[in-house]
Amino acid sequence: MLDNVASLGRNVLASVAGAGQAMMMLLRALIGKPQLRKSWPLLMQQMYSVGVLSLVIIVVSGLFIGMVLGLQGYTILVDFGAEQSLGPMVALSLLRELGPVVTALLFAGRAGSALTAEIGLMKATEQLSSLEMMAVDPLRRVIAPRFWAGFYSMPLLALIFSAVGIYGGYLVGVRWLGVDDGAFWSVMQANVEWGQDILNGFIKSLVFAFVVTWIALHKGYHCVPTSVGISRATTSTVVTASLAVLGLDFVLTALMFG
Amino acid sequence: MDSRNTQLAVGFFVIFGILALLFLGLRAANTNFASNGATYTLYAKFDNIGGLKERSPVKVGGVVVGRVTRISLDGDYYEPLVEMTISQEYDEFSDTSSVSILTSGLLGEQYIGLSPGFIDDTVEMLENGDYIHDTKSALVLEDLIGQFLFSQGND
Repeated sequence: MLDNVASLGRNVLASVAGAGQAMMMLLRALIGKPQLRKSWPLLMQQMYSVGVLSLVIIVVSGLFIGMVLGLQGYTILVDFGAEQSLGPMVALSLLRELGPVVTALLFAGRAGSALTAEIGLMKATEQLSSLEMMAVDPLRRVIAPRFWAGFYSMPLLALIFSAVGIYGGYLVGVRWLGVDDGAFWSVMQANVEWGQDILNGFIKSLVFAFVVTWIALHKGYHCVPTSVGISRATTSTVVTASLAVLGLDFVLTALMFG
Repeated sequence: MDSRNTQLAVGFFVIFGILALLFLGLRAANTNFASNGATYTLYAKFDNIGGLKERSPVKVGGVVVGRVTRISLDGDYYEPLVEMTISQEYDEFSDTSSVSILTSGLLGEQYIGLSPGFIDDTVEMLENGDYIHDTKSALVLEDLIGQFLFSQGND
C-alpha cells in the first residue's frame, strides 16, 4: 500500500522534474544574444531537413484527406439535396481542425522522431559533450536552430495541407461528382471567415508547432544515452506529441469556437 | 547538400506556404465584406429574434449588404435590439424602410431581410446610428402551432 503511494509520488516528482528540465532547456537555448551570421545557415539547414523534406507527405496526405472529405460529404449531403454545402464543409473542417491537427501528427511522426533520434545519438556518441569541450554551447548550436526550424515550418506545412486538401475536395466534388463549380466556391466564401477560421487555424498550428518541436527536442536531449534509451525516447516523442496535440486541440477548439 | 541549393529549397518552401495562405484567403474566404471597406451602423428592435445570430447576413432582395454585429436586450421592457453593420456602398435607405427576420429554405439559417422604403420629399435617409422602426419578428413555429390549435378550439 505505502509502496504504491511512494511510486505515485516518485512518478509525479519525475514528471515535474522533466517539465522543469524541458523548460530550462528551452529557455537556455532561446534566450541570449542573437547571432544572425552564425545561426542563419544552421536554420536554413534545419528548415530544409524538417520542413522541405516533410513537404511530400504533407501534400499527398492533404490531397487524399480532402478527396475523402469530398466523397464522404457528398454521399451524405446529397440525401438532403444540400450538396452545395460541400465547399464549406470541406473548407471548414480542413481549416479549423484537420489541417493543423493532422499536420501536427504527421510532423511528429516524420520530423519529430528524426529530431529526437538525431539528438539522442549525438548525446550517446558524446558529440554534445565534445561541443562543450570546444566551448560551443550545444543548446545554442544544436537545439535552437532545430526549434526555430520546426516552429516556422509547421504552420507553413499546415497552410499547404489545407490548401491542397480544399483542392482535393474540389477535384472529387466538382470534377468527379458534379457539384456546381460556382456554388462550390461561392458558398464556401460565404461561410469561411478570415479571422474566425483561417486565423484561428493558423494560431492552432503555431501552438502545435511549439509543442511538438519542444517535446521532440526535450526527449532527445534528455534521453538515456544507450541504443535502448534512444529507441524509447523516439517512441515517446511520437506518443507524447500526438497526445499533447489532440488534447490541446480540444482545449483550443473550446476556447476559439465554443 | 550544397548550401545554395538548401537555401533555394527553403525559399521555395516559404513561397509555397505564402501561396497557400493567399489561396485560402482569396479563394476560400470572403474578402469582399466585413474585413475591409467603410461601413455604417443601423439598429432595429424586434419582439422576437428567433434563431438570429451575430454575423448573420443582412440582405436586400437576396443580396448581402451587411451583417448583424451585436444582439442585446434594450430598454425598460427588455426588447431585443439588433445592431447591423451595413456596407457604405449602400447608404441610401430611406426612413420608411422595413426589416424582417426571414429563414433561407425550410431548415436554413435565419437572416435579416431589409426592404427599402419609398422615397419622396418628406422622408429622410437613414444615417449611422439610426433606428429602423418598421420591424417584423421571426416566425416561431411553436407560436404558430399554438395559435392554430387555439383557433381550432374556438370553432
